[in-house]
Amino acid sequence: MSGDRSGAPLLEVRGLSVRYGPALSVLDGVDMAVPAGAIVALLGPNGAGKTTLLRALTGLLPFHHGRVTGGEVVFDGSSVGRASATELVRRGMAQVMEGRRIFAELTVEENLRAGAITVRDRRRVAERTGEMLDTFPQLAPRRGDQAGYLSGGEQQMLAIGRALMSSPRLLLLDEPSLGLAPRIVEQIAERIAAVGAAGTTVLLVEQNAAMALSIAEFAYVLQAGRVAMGGTAAVLRRDADVQKLYLGNG
Amino acid sequence: MDKFLQLLLSGVALGGIYALVALGFVVIYKSSGAFNFAQGGFVTLGTYLVYQFGTDWGLPFWLALVLVMLSMAAVGMFLERLAIRPLVGKPTFTVVLITLGLLLIIEQVVRAVWTMPGLVLSVPWGNGRSRLGEVTLRHADLWTMVAAAVLLAAFFVFFRYSRTGLGMRATALDQEAAAAQGVSVGRSFAVSWAVAAAVAPVAGVMLVSRGGGALSPAIGFVALAAFPAMILGGLDSAGGAVLGGVLIGLAEVMSQGYLDVSWLGSNVEVVVPYVVMVAVLLWRPEGLLGTRRVERV
Repeated sequence: MSGDRSGAPLLEVRGLSVRYGPALSVLDGVDMAVPAGAIVALLGPNGAGKTTLLRALTGLLPFHHGRVTGGEVVFDGSSVGRASATELVRRGMAQVMEGRRIFAELTVEENLRAGAITVRDRRRVAERTGEMLDTFPQLAPRRGDQAGYLSGGEQQMLAIGRALMSSPRLLLLDEPSLGLAPRIVEQIAERIAAVGAAGTTVLLVEQNAAMALSIAEFAYVLQAGRVAMGGTAAVLRRDADVQKLYLGNG
Repeated sequence: MDKFLQLLLSGVALGGIYALVALGFVVIYKSSGAFNFAQGGFVTLGTYLVYQFGTDWGLPFWLALVLVMLSMAAVGMFLERLAIRPLVGKPTFTVVLITLGLLLIIEQVVRAVWTMPGLVLSVPWGNGRSRLGEVTLRHADLWTMVAAAVLLAAFFVFFRYSRTGLGMRATALDQEAAAAQGVSVGRSFAVSWAVAAAVAPVAGVMLVSRGGGALSPAIGFVALAAFPAMILGGLDSAGGAVLGGVLIGLAEVMSQGYLDVSWLGSNVEVVVPYVVMVAVLLWRPEGLLGTRRVERV
């Protein structure tokens, strides 16, 4: 995994607006930038539009009858607002979906191979599978088991490993700590930090602001479909509103 | 004993036909999670096209069969693009209803194009038979078993080892999550429809040749007879389709040969497969080889 730490935006979102159906406006002119090689956290309450933003970035809005009604998404210098999910994966995006969404009836190894479906080189896929089983050693002895029988933490590790199979330049994670025990959340956070340290750019959507801000370099707060706040994670950690609303202090 | 062996052979061959039909259903179910009623229509249309290319236009049978398989693959992809692709991400129930409509349309097209009654399909093995001791082996049965075995092996390798096969299985389980991995959901659908439609004429030809070659637009109703086979075997399992087909074929033929329940009326053997299916489903709701829904407790 090689990364770019130039600091130039790998992903830029300019004035993005999204609707579901004819009337439900969920995002309204969102602007944000994700610098290459950085971990960026996206915080916000339930219903703020975080998952919708990820769907818009990864081409999955059509599965929810959603559409981009305005604005632009630029990935690696190219506008990708109309690109399909498949095309975006080929360009170097991968995501860990909310609720993990592993293929429960496929084996652990088949799940990993599914993450490399855009990779034609079989030898490369085999190598990458080996690397993921080394990175997440708890999966190695379960490689032939159906993934649905893994624990919640193991499933999340598998979901992250699956997303990394295509060696993405941008990894998007949607609530990876959801429903997991604090000890497992720590492990997940360590893995995400390691992915970022290895050079992969990360956009981390989280309600667990303490976890997200502990590993992120930059952060945005999304409220009611708009970016309410943005800056370095260090600044946001000290912000009184963030402390009160998201970190449970004061 | 000879009677048993004869019925065994006949039952396995009949099961092979059910299996060939069921394989077409399975391949679409494996990629879309939808039950494709149009498969019966593909069987009918494909068989009539083999008649047209081979018997009527005089092309060699095997060339005609290959050309029809390719043509049917194109028909399958066309129908998928026209009627199914717009429904990606929509409820599976909607897709199933569309396939029911396609079945009725295809059947009507066949009736409109081939209006002559009494058409007979010529096959290289004709009505040939060989004697194995006291048992008679119909060549049509032999070819049916060979075709089912070859196609099953091809399906197994395709779904287990190919990228496209894996993508199709992932698509059937979770379309959106599959798309998020880079699987082209639309392409998975197109390939599954192409494969299912291409397999259909093989099933139809075997069925018709077993009955002496007489064509009828009602051939597609064999699909109904294949229902218990594929449900018994497991809707998403190619191996299950073959196992279910053979078991149902045996149940049907053996009950015809041995079961004396005339007090129940005629054609009891037609009901027996459904009785077997219900009994097995009560024991294994996912079918004999179907994928068990995985749920942590």
